[in-house]
Order: sequence, then structure tokens, then C-alpha cells
Amino acid sequence: MPIQGGFSDFESGLVQWLDEPAAPDFSKSVEWSRRLGERGLLAPHWAVEHGGAELDKEQVRFLESELRARGIRRTVSGGLEMLAPALLEYASAEQLTRFLPPIARAESMWAQGYSEPQAGSDLANVQMRCEDQGDYYLVNGQKIWTSGADDSDWIFCLVRTDPNASKHDGISFLLVDLSTPGIAVSPIVLISGRSPFCEVFFSDVKVPKENLIGGEGRGWPIAKRLLQFERNMLGSGGLSALTGRAGRKSLSEVAIEQIGLGDDGSLRDDALRERVARQMVDERANRLTGGRARGSDAARVSSILKLASSEASQRRYSLLMDLLGTDGLGWNSEGHSEYEASIPRQWLRSRANTIEGGTSEVQLNIIAKRVLGMPG
Amino acid sequence: MAATLDQSLATNEDQQLIREAALRFLEEQDPIAELRSLRDGEEPSGVSPAFWDEISALGWPGLLAPESFGGSGLGFRELGVVFEALGRHVASTPLLSSSVLATTALTLVGGWEDLPKAADLATGASRVALALEETNRFDLDRIETLATRDGEGYRLSGRKRPVLDAATADVLLVVARIEGDEDSLGLFCVSPNAEGVGMTPLRWIDGRRAAELRLEDVAIGADALLGSRLPRRELVEPLLDRAAATLAAELVGVSAEAFEMTLEFLKTREQFEQKLAEFQALQHRCARMFSDIERTISIVQEALRALDEGDADRSILASAAKAMASETARHVTEEALQLFGGLGMTEEQDIGLYFKRARTSSLLFGDAPYHYRRYARLNGF
Repeated sequence: MPIQGGFSDFESGLVQWLDEPAAPDFSKSVEWSRRLGERGLLAPHWAVEHGGAELDKEQVRFLESELRARGIRRTVSGGLEMLAPALLEYASAEQLTRFLPPIARAESMWAQGYSEPQAGSDLANVQMRCEDQGDYYLVNGQKIWTSGADDSDWIFCLVRTDPNASKHDGISFLLVDLSTPGIAVSPIVLISGRSPFCEVFFSDVKVPKENLIGGEGRGWPIAKRLLQFERNMLGSGGLSALTGRAGRKSLSEVAIEQIGLGDDGSLRDDALRERVARQMVDERANRLTGGRARGSDAARVSSILKLASSEASQRRYSLLMDLLGTDGLGWNSEGHSEYEASIPRQWLRSRANTIEGGTSEVQLNIIAKRVLGMPG
Repeated sequence: MAATLDQSLATNEDQQLIREAALRFLEEQDPIAELRSLRDGEEPSGVSPAFWDEISALGWPGLLAPESFGGSGLGFRELGVVFEALGRHVASTPLLSSSVLATTALTLVGGWEDLPKAADLATGASRVALALEETNRFDLDRIETLATRDGEGYRLSGRKRPVLDAATADVLLVVARIEGDEDSLGLFCVSPNAEGVGMTPLRWIDGRRAAELRLEDVAIGADALLGSRLPRRELVEPLLDRAAATLAAELVGVSAEAFEMTLEFLKTREQFEQKLAEFQALQHRCARMFSDIERTISIVQEALRALDEGDADRSILASAAKAMASETARHVTEEALQLFGGLGMTEEQDIGLYFKRARTSSLLFGDAPYHYRRYARLNGF
């Protein structure tokens, strides 16, 4: 892996490479993730041995602004944005050199094995058994709401290694290859008609012991830390990426298309006009708060951001539905444009935004207790 | 005070220093204790002369004034942290009228050279009121006050209401249309003692002072027109941006302090054998308030920065900030009154002062719906 992307002059070399005629179309996020990964630019500040390019802050900013200017998006990667930062804090050197490079090259896709039927908001109630069999761990149980498990190569799981220990102390953090015998993945159909989530069943799955991170019974602090990275990912734009692309079209554009402007240049519906303005202000405040969050007080802001962004996402799709009127009601129907047909699906999908990644109620608990110091 | 929450508009160390000094100063001067007697007493300005002298010694009246006229020529970010501190202490001062509105108007028309004793404005030795609005529902499209030609000079006629701090101003700056040039506005310097000037002082719920100003054929010289006349939008819009951003900063202080007081109260008050702060229903309401204040701070900081750096979308951001800060302050202070229970309804508790200030500052220079409409207009819909 070449240092600093392999460019002799970083800035000019990067720009030239981004604009090569042979480069993929800017809209193709999967191809761009791979292409950036090959040069260490997907995890640009990481060490080269971990698949990064060892860019400094200034260079990362330059890279980000060049990508943004071209509208190049990368696929939202739980491996890159949630798991890797937690591994960097808790995994051994061997584990890092084994697991990070495929993540940095977008070669391994990761699913999140957290929730179980009896462990939703009460996540520490995980029951999936993980027994030490000497040479390996034997895993039995069920995970649910695992995003994209049917397209993933690996899953990171919270498992119970000690059923006799207290609720939090019996939990370990285990990495499992999804191609291991004994694993069955079954998609769950949602109210949107789509299946972004799966159930994953484990029966007598053998997992190598070197796949356990941080030691037996030490999984809960890792789990919580990773949740914070998840909130950051969801709060800073990850939700809209999960929920749908069409929602990104400028709200005022859609409003003008659908409702039209009066002679005085203002939208023909005063109430919707105020809702659109309010939504735009709200989203801007969230983006700015996300920008502040990258500084020193990231932990304090991550729950605020998750809470606010998920609710803003729901309001956005609800507003889009109202702007489209009955044109937004189509379901597998002819007579609706591709855009019109996509909105109700995304509106329905958005209802999960305040549930996934820690419900709004859990975020409010975290803010009240950890930030405001309220007792109980 | 739960100082650990540390919700602040400061974005760098210099601003943090200005903010802390302002908070310390206000803490020592304790205008909250003084506010009720000033509000109900005979002092016509709503601020004690001694307190104004102290403020002047700190240089606050000259924060925005050009250095060539005795000001410090600082930016809106620095002004913003001072107004956040003033909001935290619900201080009632002529800083908004004299040191922001009149000062900004003078700069916009290029009128510093033309104002007699202009340097007194920055030192606080003289106070200037800006007579701009003419309607009870904020609407700068309705400015009817007219300057008619009279020989070399003009005659001014019209009714201005509300004019903040006009009754104790040494000089009035009157925004008026000019006969024969209906699309422009001029800034006219008028003595409060001039013949034809009538004034009715107004006291407001939060201790602020304003006045109704009546101008009946007031004769002024040619030199009373300060700087140059401007197309109405070029005067009104930038003035509105700056007033809105300043008030948004004050409202952040009002919201943050009212919230901290409420949180502190919930942590000490017991009912049903437990602290109120232990009830989840109240915890979630507090978490939402905190989150709203934090997000409001983000957009107000951005609006202040955009004014300082002259961003193209500074007007859009100023309206976004005023809209959101107004809504947040109203919501937080309404919640605060509810959570204080019967105590919050008593005059003795300070929280009521925050509730009242949130109302006046959210109404002044356009309430939230006004600024959402302006935001829409500036974005072309």
C-alpha cells in the first residue's frame, strides 16, 4: 500500500486521479468505495498496515472536499464507521492487521449482531450462548434486525459467555464469518415492502477463539463504545443514506414543482411553505451540530444528533408525502413515476429511524443521565 | 448554576474570554436583583445610570463602532457572546438600540462623519435611538414617515412605534422616505427636544423601555440627512439581519440560563419521596430542551460568523437563527414555568423574568413565522 495514496504530489495527483477518463461514474458508490480503498483513501488517516494512507488532517480535509465537489459518495459501511473505530481501541495488534485491511478496501462487508428477540432497547439482555469448547467457541442463538446480513461476509456479535455472571459482565464481543456452517439468514419484510433487515440463526456454529475481542466477559464496554460510533454515523447523514436517495432532492425544488409559485413568487400554500422552510432550517441546524461534533465534544453530541436527525428524517418524508398528495400513494402501480413510487417506500422506511441504532427514548435517557446528570 | 453544561456561543478562546468576563461582571453587578425595581420604579431608562457607566467602562457600547470613532470595531461573534451573557442575566440595557441598531444604521448609510459628537456613541457618553418601525406587527415594508423638502432642509412627519429606548436617548435617528424618491430611505438626525417632536414612553413586561414617537412637521437642516440615502432594501435588509442575529444570541442566553435554573430546581425539589429529576417523564423533557438549545447554538454561531465574513447567504442564516432561537426560547421558558410548578407563577422566582424576556425578544424584529417566511422568500419559494 503506497503512502499518501501513492501520489508524488498529493493534491495534484489526487485531482488527476479522480478525474481520469477511465474512472467510474461519480454516482457509482460501490465502485468508488473499491477504487478509493485500493489506494487507502477509504480510511485515509489509518496506518498503511491497516489499509489506510496515513494522510494528515489537512490532506483528509482536502480529499473530503474534492469528493464532495464531485458528488462522489461511498457506501455506508458499518465495518468502516462502527466496528473499525471500536477495534482500534480494543483489539490486539494481530486482530487489527487481520480485520482492518479488508474493511479499508471495501472487501469485507459487516453486519451488526446486536439485537435479539428479547434484547431490543434492553440490549444487555442478549441470550446468544457462546461456550468455550477448548479449541473453539460453540455459538447458539438468534440475532434480529441485522441490517444487510444477506449481503454481508462477517457479523460482529454480542454473545453471552458466562450465564452465571451479572447481566453486563457475562457479555463478550465475537467476530463471526457468515459462511461458517450452522448459520441461516432470513430477510424480514417491512411495512415498506422491502427487506433491509434480517434474522440470523446460529445452531452449533464453531468460531475460532482468536475471533473474540477484548477478552471474555469484557464485551459490554466495547458494545457501548461501538453504539456511540453508530450514533455518529446515523446522526451525520447515515440515516438518509439508509432511508433512500430520492429524499436528498432539495425540498424547495420539490415544493415548487408540486405546488407552484404565486404571482408574488411565494409557494401557493402558506402552511406548506412554512413547513418546508422550517424543515430546511432544522436540517441545517443538525448538519452544523454534526460539524461541531467532530471536535472535542463528540460523545456529548452523538445522542443529540441521533435523536434530532432521525426525527428530522421522518418529518422530511412525511412532508414529501404531503407535497406529493395522492401522487405519493402508489404501490407497485403503473401511472406513477419512479420518483413518486420511491417516496412512500422511503416514508415507511423512515419510521424505523427513531427505533434503529437506539430508540429516541434511549437517546433521551442517555442525554438526561450522562449529560445532564439526572439521577435514577 | 449547573456550569458543567457549558452551553455557549463562543467559538474560540478570545470569545470565551470576553464571554467569561461579561458573565463575571454581570454576576457582580447583579442586574437580576435590580431588574424588578428598575422595571417598576421611576428611572426612565430602565437601566441605572451607575450600571450604564460600568458597561461603558467595559467598552460594550463601542463593540461594533468603527475604530476611527472610538469603537473597537469587533465583530458579531464577539457581540454575540456579550448578548448571550446579557440574556443569561435578563439585563435590560440600551445596548441593542444604541450600540447595535443605531450604530449599524450609521455604518450602513456611511453617516459617521455627519453625526455631531459621533465618538460619544462608542464611549456610551451619549445614547442614540433608531426610530424605524411603525407597526405593532413587525413589518418593514410599511414605513410611511416622510421627509419633505423645505428650502435647504426638510420637514419630517410621521409616527414611529415602537422606538426602543427613545425616551432617554440623546439623539434620535429617524428612518424616513424622501419626497420625490419613493424607493429610497434616508437616516435623519433629530433632537428629541426639537419643535414638533412628541413622545409617549412605553414600559414593557420585561423591563425594556420603548416609546411612541410623533413627528409633526419637524424642521431639520440639510445636514440632518446622515450619509447617503439608500434603496429601501439596502438599508432595511442588512439592518434586519444584524438585529435578528443579535437578538438570537440574546435568546440563546435566555434559553440556556432558564434551562439550567430549571434543571437545578428539579434536582433539588422532592415530591413523592423522590427528587423530581428522577422522573423519566421530566428527564425526557429536559433532554429535548437541552438538545434544542444545542442545535440552536449551532445555527446562531453560523449566522454570526456569516455576518462577520460577509457570506452570500448571511440573510438566510440570520433569519434561520432568529426563527429557531425564538421558538427555542419560547418553548424552553414555557416548559420552565410548568416544571417550576406553582413557584414559577410567583413574582419572587426569577424564572418568570426569563419567560417575559423570551416573549419580547422573540417578537422584536420579526417572530419565528416572520423569519420562516423571509427564509422562504430568500430561497426563492
